[in-house]
Amino acid sequence: MQKLLQAVRDTQLWRSVFRHGYPDTPRNRTLAVLSNTFLHLHPVKVRRSGIRLSYTWCMGGLTFFLFLVETITGLLLMFYYRPTAQYAYEDIIGIREHVALGVMREMHRWAAHMMVITVWLHMYRVFLTGSYKPPREFNWNVGVILLVLTLLLSFTGYLLPWDQLAVWAITVGSNMARATPFLGHEGPGASLLSFGGLNFVHAGDDARFGLLAGRFVGEGALLRFYVLHCVGLPLAAATLMAIHFWRVRKDGGISGPL
Amino acid sequence: MGETLKGVIDWLFEPTRYFLGSVLLLAAVLYFRRFFSKELVIIAVFALAGAFLAWAVGDHNFHKIITKGDNIPIVILLASVVFFSWLALRQAVINDERKKKGEAGIELELGKQKVFTWPDLVYTEFICILLFTALLIVWSIVVEAPLEEPAALARTPNPSKAPWYFLGLQEMLVYFDPWIAGVVLPGFIIVGLCAIPYLDTNPKGNGYYTFDERPFAWTFFWVGFVLFWVLFVILGTFLRGPNWSFFGPFEFWDVHKLEPLVNVDLSTYFWDGLLDKNIPTNPLVREAPGILAILGWFLVIPPLLGKTLLKGLVQRMGIVRFNVFMHLLLWFALLPTKMLLRWTVNLKYIIGIPEWFFNV
Ligand code: HEM
Ligand code: HEM
Repeated sequence: MQKLLQAVRDTQLWRSVFRHGYPDTPRNRTLAVLSNTFLHLHPVKVRRSGIRLSYTWCMGGLTFFLFLVETITGLLLMFYYRPTAQYAYEDIIGIREHVALGVMREMHRWAAHMMVITVWLHMYRVFLTGSYKPPREFNWNVGVILLVLTLLLSFTGYLLPWDQLAVWAITVGSNMARATPFLGHEGPGASLLSFGGLNFVHAGDDARFGLLAGRFVGEGALLRFYVLHCVGLPLAAATLMAIHFWRVRKDGGISGPL
Repeated sequence: MGETLKGVIDWLFEPTRYFLGSVLLLAAVLYFRRFFSKELVIIAVFALAGAFLAWAVGDHNFHKIITKGDNIPIVILLASVVFFSWLALRQAVINDERKKKGEAGIELELGKQKVFTWPDLVYTEFICILLFTALLIVWSIVVEAPLEEPAALARTPNPSKAPWYFLGLQEMLVYFDPWIAGVVLPGFIIVGLCAIPYLDTNPKGNGYYTFDERPFAWTFFWVGFVLFWVLFVILGTFLRGPNWSFFGPFEFWDVHKLEPLVNVDLSTYFWDGLLDKNIPTNPLVREAPGILAILGWFLVIPPLLGKTLLKGLVQRMGIVRFNVFMHLLLWFALLPTKMLLRWTVNLKYIIGIPEWFFNV
């Protein structure tokens, strides 16, 4: 048995993938982290204080994990879901009743809710440990944008089931845009932007219209939200996460007393 | 007995009492932090909460709202915010005690050692991911994702609620018009968050838990995050029903429950009540008192405080930082101020110019 394993480990195939032995020596432990694409997000060695659960609460990592869960389950959902007013609702029912692994929608939704919670808790932890202080000011700001993106991802996803809950939640949420100062047709200042009795800002071109591609939450909004939800926002979030993780390293790893 | 208790709880959760009670509770926790950070306290809190839940789900109305698929995460949110606030406070108290005795804090003591990522960190991460995956799978199998009737724009459900994480903003609509509650304040929340690292010039408390070295920052975040964000979300989810009226946790969501609206504008108080005159028709004259009040709020308070009470702060932060900080703080403080005015004198608008959608 031992021999067989050793023979496998000696093949060119094995060696081309794994460039070191089992990580139980300092040398191999170092190599394990350095030569693995995913593990090399981490430094080889970390401060003892930073890896305790009670310090980071694991919340940044969990947020990232949930984002990966969202990407995988979201991709599976995309196979079955068509973003049109005609099909969307039907497809959602189909996902529950006819599709194998019929809990993907549940996974996607509960993980989305959890991600919002973990990202808040992550921010809470970073604040309470003062980890936004120099030199990590910039990374805190990257984080704030990630927070906004997470909320937008969840907000755009909320519309997709195209049921009463979805449509009215987005209606209530997007009604705010109507009141944007100057840019919304019911916002302060909008009536000043007129010329000879002609309003520049009205229900057909204001901030809300831009968001929904229409005067109400209709087919245009569904498509717009779908594209943002499945392509635009995840790409933006993934890019910023790369920056976020890189900066955690460049700022000296997890914060600790200086 | 059970019914009386339910009545008392419904009464306690009325928004004014709920809010003021939470303020008192947070203040007490911070002031008596050495007591509240004991292990026994958190165990007792969770045991009591568990017992309460077990008893309360027997109630039809309570059961209905707490077991709604989308509301389960909010229970998790509440539990985790309570737990992690306790955990952070506990470590802060331990660190502060150690400092007083001249010892190194937890993080400093452990931080001197470095350990290998593989296995020490990878191991923790792996367990964490495994547990979370299991949790998600079980949760997904047990609780079905909500799906209501197909979209129909002609039928408005009552209540119509935004997604749960925005319910704090929706709750603000009780006190402010959408342009403030939905656009300006959220905008300032984001700007304010971004500004935090540049406004907090206190070099202490970087990379470890401490309360004594940054009492203001800590309190500030508790007020902002725990009180005005998390507790508002909970209020908006569990305690607001049809027409955004208040409903106690054991109360039936009656669509016909009406709360009389008796709110009065500041201009009415001023012209009608104080001067006993007719209310002027020109909006600028009519609203002059409110406009002056708001201008005073933003333009007089910062220099006044900077010259008197907060002189030291101006010196420490510099004049630019101080002004940015004060203005963000004043926008933020507008909310509790308006809430208090609403509760005490039924104030509707400080400035009310509906002609231009300019209501504060
Ligand atoms: C990072 C985070 C993400 C969040 C917070 C999020 C959130 C949501 C939410 C709340 C829904 C409504 C779910 C429901 O009612 O069942 C949804 C639906 C959906 N999401 Fe995402 N999502 C994320 C990422 C993704 C990604 C990366 C994809 C695709 C690549 C995706 C694809 C979909 C699809 C196709 C639906 C419609 C199916 C359905 O509603 O069940 N999502 N998303
Ligand atoms: C999608 C969202 C986010 C992801 C996936 C993410 C992920 C991470 C991870 C994995 C870490 C390593 C340390 C830890 O786990 O605590 C980290 C650190 C950090 N994050 Fe985030 N984060 C996100 C959002 C945020 C937000 C909203 C903020 C703040 C507003 C933030 C600010 C920071 C800062 C300042 C650090 C360095 C902390 C230190 O060195 O102790 N991040 N983030």
